[in-house]
Amino acid sequence: MRILEINHCQKQFGDNQVLKDISLSVEEGQVLSIIGPSGSGKSTLLRCATMLEKMDGGDLIYLGEAAVKSDSAGKAVYAPPAQLKKIQQYYGLVFQNFNLFPHYTVLKNVTDAPIHVQKRNKQEVYKEAQELLDRMGLSDKADAYPHQLSGGQQQRVSIVRALAMNPKILFFDEPTSALDPELTGEVLKVIKSLAELNITMVIVTHEMNFARDISDRIIFMDQGHVAVEGTPAEVFSSGHTRMQEFLGKFNRQ
Amino acid sequence: MNIGMMLSKLTSGMGITILIFMLTVVLSMPLGLIVAFGRMADGNPFKRLIRSITKVYISIMRGTPLMLQLMVVYFGPYYIFKIQIAASYRFIAVIIGFVLNYAAYFAEIYRSGIEAIPKGQYEAAHILGYSRSQTFIKIILPQVIKIILPSITNEIITLVKDTSLAFVIAVSEMFTVAKALASSSTSMIPYLAAGIFYYIFNFLVAFLMEKAEDKMNYFR
Repeated sequence: MRILEINHCQKQFGDNQVLKDISLSVEEGQVLSIIGPSGSGKSTLLRCATMLEKMDGGDLIYLGEAAVKSDSAGKAVYAPPAQLKKIQQYYGLVFQNFNLFPHYTVLKNVTDAPIHVQKRNKQEVYKEAQELLDRMGLSDKADAYPHQLSGGQQQRVSIVRALAMNPKILFFDEPTSALDPELTGEVLKVIKSLAELNITMVIVTHEMNFARDISDRIIFMDQGHVAVEGTPAEVFSSGHTRMQEFLGKFNRQ
Repeated sequence: MNIGMMLSKLTSGMGITILIFMLTVVLSMPLGLIVAFGRMADGNPFKRLIRSITKVYISIMRGTPLMLQLMVVYFGPYYIFKIQIAASYRFIAVIIGFVLNYAAYFAEIYRSGIEAIPKGQYEAAHILGYSRSQTFIKIILPQVIKIILPSITNEIITLVKDTSLAFVIAVSEMFTVAKALASSSTSMIPYLAAGIFYYIFNFLVAFLMEKAEDKMNYFR
């Protein structure tokens, strides 16, 4: 089943065309990584896909339901609010800098939205949250506040918070960029464990080895275009010049 | 005049001072929030108009003396519109003047707090599906309160002392009474008593606000 489909997405900030005709799709259980130099539009693409940013043109379709459709002039038309609200429940997003709610405990961070937004049964939500925290090695942190946790722990909590909403697809926006190498490892391990559970994911990352390891497909973005797309093997062996330059810098590190 | 009589007069003045203080706090703090929203309104031309009006309002309230504002509120209806004003209007005028003035200051304090909250908090709430009002009340407001508490304390302490300005339209609050007593008995004692009263009042305010700050210390 096709979880996400983006067709001809365009986004402009002032005179700066950040996204020029981006198309991609993600099937159920797939992991798609988006790599590329800073300023290539990776994060903007993710922000358009999660509707934090409005796209100017193109289609955005989750599970066959259109959140955005282009009209005949190619201008993006958003679905009515009720439809968007429903579609919003299909995806979760893990931010680069976690964005946990500092005044809520770990458990409340994780359970508040399922209880007060999705109106699910409290006991059931708590039980599920506790299981997720256990699985992420955070069993003893349920009553801690975010400032009492390390960066890696905070990011794992924010992954649990996203998972607790039972999304069909999970987006990651450079989930380890704010972490030191040691903490990066622990977060990548968690994401990898999600891939093994066949959770559908789209990951914007600068961790090349990680992307190669866990992805079913990789997109290399450059200057608002999809420059290279394919399996990890295809992308990393591609002869594309920009890709080679980019990886060259990476390999020399 | 003996001390006992003096004190009983001063006590009734204290009651009025406390009443002015309480009514001002209770009315100007919520009004300030509305003003703050007006000040931050943006988007369509109507919202920008609201913002401009609010900015002018805040600018006038902060740019002119509170004493003058009290006089305008009290004498304005008669001088400008020839409306006969009743004696009971004195106290109402004081409350209107204080509330309008303090709402402007509180609005700017709220705005500073609201604008200090990182955009990521709104985005995380949005992605999790919280409505706009849920986001503000559950996620943003508690963090704002923590940030602005020290400024609010400052403002409230200033208010305690500002209540003495009500003497300009002869509302018999603490300071008005003390002034009258001092001149009729040629004694410093009423002033001393008034000073002690204001000091204790503010000491209590500072103490309570510090407790409130401690209560918000569980998160960072």
